[in-house]
Amino acid sequence: MKLLVNFSKGKKNAPIIAQVVKETGVLISVERAVIDSSEGEALIEVPDNQCKLVRSSMTRHGASVRLLEHGINVNTSECVDCGACISICPREVFSFDTDWKLAIAEDRCIVCGKCVPACPHSALTLPL
Amino acid sequence: MHKSIGQINERIRDGSAHVVTAEEMPRIVDELGEEGALREVDVVTTGTFGAMCSSGAFLNFGHSEPPIRMERIWLNDVEAYGGLAAVDTYIGATQQSETLDERYGGAHVIEDLVSGKSVELRASSRGTDCYPRRTITTELLLENLNQAIMCNPRNAYQRYNAATNTTDRLLHTYMGTLLPNTGNITYSGAGLLNPLTNDPHLRLIGSGVPIFLCGAQGMVVGEGTQHSPGGGFGTLMVTGNLKEMSPEYLRAATMTGYGVTLYVGIGVPLPVLDLDVVRATAVRDEDIPVDLLDYGVPSRARPKVRSVTYAELRSGSVEINGEQVRTSSLSSFRRARQIAAELKNWIGKGKMELALPTRPIDATKKVHPMHETTSGPRVLDIMDRQVVSVCEGEEIQTAAQKLLKGETNHLPVIGRDGRLAGIITTFDISKAVANPGKASTVGDIMKKKVVTTTTDEAVDVAVRKLEQNNISALPVLDADRHVIGMLTAINLGKLFGGRWLK
Repeated sequence: MKLLVNFSKGKKNAPIIAQVVKETGVLISVERAVIDSSEGEALIEVPDNQCKLVRSSMTRHGASVRLLEHGINVNTSECVDCGACISICPREVFSFDTDWKLAIAEDRCIVCGKCVPACPHSALTLPL
Repeated sequence: MHKSIGQINERIRDGSAHVVTAEEMPRIVDELGEEGALREVDVVTTGTFGAMCSSGAFLNFGHSEPPIRMERIWLNDVEAYGGLAAVDTYIGATQQSETLDERYGGAHVIEDLVSGKSVELRASSRGTDCYPRRTITTELLLENLNQAIMCNPRNAYQRYNAATNTTDRLLHTYMGTLLPNTGNITYSGAGLLNPLTNDPHLRLIGSGVPIFLCGAQGMVVGEGTQHSPGGGFGTLMVTGNLKEMSPEYLRAATMTGYGVTLYVGIGVPLPVLDLDVVRATAVRDEDIPVDLLDYGVPSRARPKVRSVTYAELRSGSVEINGEQVRTSSLSSFRRARQIAAELKNWIGKGKMELALPTRPIDATKKVHPMHETTSGPRVLDIMDRQVVSVCEGEEIQTAAQKLLKGETNHLPVIGRDGRLAGIITTFDISKAVANPGKASTVGDIMKKKVVTTTTDEAVDVAVRKLEQNNISALPVLDADRHVIGMLTAINLGKLFGGRWLK
């Protein structure tokens, strides 16, 4: 499962992810992270059955955690199945099916947003 | 054996014509042989759906009371051509909104009209004795217009070169987003379904030939602009009634950082008259090569990385220097297929008959570049020839003195071989002084990655380098990487001295 973890100001020097890994023993894989002087955000992947454990540990350490249920959203009435997004995506979320229709492997999406401006038809939007 | 267009149209009328798509044709020729295919197949339908920038529509609004001769015209804040009088205009697909920039343009106006949305017309005029009115603002639907005639000067490219980017910068082009360091490849075109690819000698496609245009029955006007079939890049000028079109096959689009364009759907039915038609329509993706060009070079003569076929491009990845690089199509093969199928359906049901060209299109012509009588300014014309430079091994203090004495903010650093090794700025020196003890020589503090220019580079290209890298000077190098000049923001002032502003 994918969790979006937000580290707010004040906790900036605490090695939260490392602490959680140590505490829970769960091997967290960081798929994407943006950290600057005031806050940070990381998208992490954890095994489904340990999600609750990681979540509560993260929260205890002061991070806010949100379950990422949806990946990139495709507006099918705007999409013309061109495929401009296919080579842009670092996680190979997009592909053509056998009928040359755009297929989306939503579970691979790390919500990086790189495909959004690459779509000529403004058919791609990030989930809220 | 030979079939006449009359025989084929008779079969279309009585419902016995055998119509196939250009995608089905190679297999049919494999199975039945060329002679067999000629006997069996009467019509081959083609299709393409992609970005066709050179598109637009003529509109007639009808006369207002009192009447106006429109001189400046805007549709939803997108300027349309005002030189046609009195209530005629041409709305071009790539014209951008004055308020929404690349998010909305002429293509969107056309799509909105076709989708049944209302569009605001705003126009102004000087006022004349016969046309006294000076301004008008009104909301219009497509049905309110007397005529709405799509007329696209350059559509249906026979094929199109593929694009990649060898620079270390993300590029936004009309070929879409190109990732740095040959990170991806983009291409456009329907390959084996493309109309002109199935009639490369233009025996069947010419003026007056009926076509599928964005869901309507349209027509080929003649050769398109930049028509260059001699090099494999033929184009068509096409027309059709906007009022009969469907948004399914006509879509406005924005290539981020480039601008607005219109996705147009075109299909041409080809009568199978003889063996030459059979052979031409049996074309496969692997038979259609295009050049893969480096769009990192902002020149008309973009370097060719390699040759690729549509089969390779459509496989999902292409090998470049031993690495598999992923491809993105910008046109939709799925919609191209739908167009060829729809056209097949029309002809099968007797809704459309075929015709041979009333005037042929030249099949050998090649496009020429622009005839330029004056060349724009080059770096050589405005660069500083007095170069103050510093050697890699010199003390930072020496560099500081040179900067002061030379009244400059940038010092190119010359390596032991006499070639450019790096660059330092007053900022780098200030930083070194503020944090003493860490570095002593120029080589320790210089930036090794230097953005440079050459004497024959166009100033406009050099200016983009300055802007994109947020820097204010470029060392000018010769072929051997020796520094022979500097181009700074100050030099650009020379451009406004009158010499280049005629």
